[in-house]
Amino acid sequence: MFSRYKVSGKYRAVVIGGSAGSFQGINKILAELPKEFPLPVFMCLHRLKHVRNGFVEALSIKSSKPVVEPYDKETIKRGQIYLAPANYHMSIELGNSIALSTEEMENNSRPAIDYTFETAAYVFRDKLVGILLSGANKDGAYGMMRIKQKGGLTIVQDPEESAINAMPNAALAQTKVDMILKVDQIIEFLLELDRACKMSQL
Amino acid sequence: MSIELDIEITDIRRLTDLIKDKYGYDFKDYAMSSFRRRIKRVIDIYKFKTVDKLIQVLDTTPTFFEEFISEITVNVTEMFRDPTFWRILKEQIIPNIILNHDRISIWHAGCSSGEEVLSMVIMLHEMGFLEKAKIMATDIDTAIINKAKTAAIPLKNMELNQKNYTSAFGSEGGQPLNLKKYFRDVGQESVFDKSLLQNVTYRKHDLVQGSVFSKFDLVLCRNVMIYFNQTLQNAVLAKLHESMFKYGYLAIGSKESLIWCDIANKFIVVNNEEKIYKKIKD
Ligand SMILES: C[S@@+](CC[C@H](N)C(=O)[O-])C[C@H]1O[C@@H](n2cnc3c(N)ncnc32)[C@H](O)[C@@H]1O
Repeated sequence: MFSRYKVSGKYRAVVIGGSAGSFQGINKILAELPKEFPLPVFMCLHRLKHVRNGFVEALSIKSSKPVVEPYDKETIKRGQIYLAPANYHMSIELGNSIALSTEEMENNSRPAIDYTFETAAYVFRDKLVGILLSGANKDGAYGMMRIKQKGGLTIVQDPEESAINAMPNAALAQTKVDMILKVDQIIEFLLELDRACKMSQL
Repeated sequence: MSIELDIEITDIRRLTDLIKDKYGYDFKDYAMSSFRRRIKRVIDIYKFKTVDKLIQVLDTTPTFFEEFISEITVNVTEMFRDPTFWRILKEQIIPNIILNHDRISIWHAGCSSGEEVLSMVIMLHEMGFLEKAKIMATDIDTAIINKAKTAAIPLKNMELNQKNYTSAFGSEGGQPLNLKKYFRDVGQESVFDKSLLQNVTYRKHDLVQGSVFSKFDLVLCRNVMIYFNQTLQNAVLAKLHESMFKYGYLAIGSKESLIWCDIANKFIVVNNEEKIYKKIKD
């Protein structure tokens, strides 16, 4: 099959960060994600701090599969979509599990994208894909740098397309990312990633 | 790209070994992801640059150790955190305990700067049960326990505390509830009315190495075990279990779960949304 992005099948996880203006893009990505997507997806999206309910339901409506807010030390399942819960940082822990933390806010956010990205890079190293979408502050820029330093693949939403481009721009200023893509291209990329990983897991 | 300090798992092991040998505290089974970040934070704050330097300072400067504990632990807290939890406590759990016992003993394990304790005191006072209560509040961090004893809350946090309080208990008789009536503003802090703290004892206690010291009707250990790995969660849960009367209640944080713990079958779920459990077996 035609391969535009030359995706390797070595990847074990995907992290996605987004903030203001990313909701539509996220919805579209989740709707197009294959039902049998073979990797876990960890999403850290800035959200209202003290609204515990509603967001995960809103995201699940159009998603090809349910989005879950994990419990602390929940075991990571392939193909599961995880959303960082309100008022907690979400990290990747040893022993194939997820950990939560109430630590200080970072970049005025809890959950913070840097937190999720940095811990995922630490555990998955060069087997991680990081995607940063539209947003209003610089959260995620440090995390993208860490993913790149560990050999992971970094993708930033095209600032031209981003509703609010402060976040993509901050990441681009800090790191020479691998790809700058529009949402539709990110979806194409994920479909290719899906095929490549399924091939290599055969 | 700037150069970043990478803390390896072997570094963490050397650090926790030294602390165990020299100070008797055991951080070996703290959750790696948050513990590693806390170590990184300490190294940044004190400009140590390397893990070796931190280990050396800990080895040669015993006075630094309490400070280290203070920085390593996560003390972020709020009054009436998870308002719906407090509503269930007020409407169901507390009345149930009083009905059976006429008295109530409570343990805040990992109380941090004490916001959770003040929330409890206010709620019990408003229910008319404060005189029936005995409250123990403990934490591993000496500095934060001393802070909790002052019962002084930063003014800048009071807006959120008031918001939580209002959404927990709503407004009574049309009058909006006012948290400020329990406080007196002094400089940048709101100081709690200490006459309401007569039945509260603050004490340093380590959940990992410390022993079981009493039994309680209600134990709150919220957002503490998230900093432990599953091995340690199991061990600490066993201690909490031992510290509870049969049919006593345990509350953990809203995103924690007991289901995968070894002794989960000694509890039943009373409220899954608010993470309230009841001990049913010794
Ligand atoms: C995030 S605070 C929780 C405060 C409050 N319960 C809440 O939910 O808002 C966690 C507290 O656990 C304490 N802690 C960590 N390890 C401990 C241990 N081994 N024994 C006792 N307390 C511990 C920390 O010092 C910190 O104050």
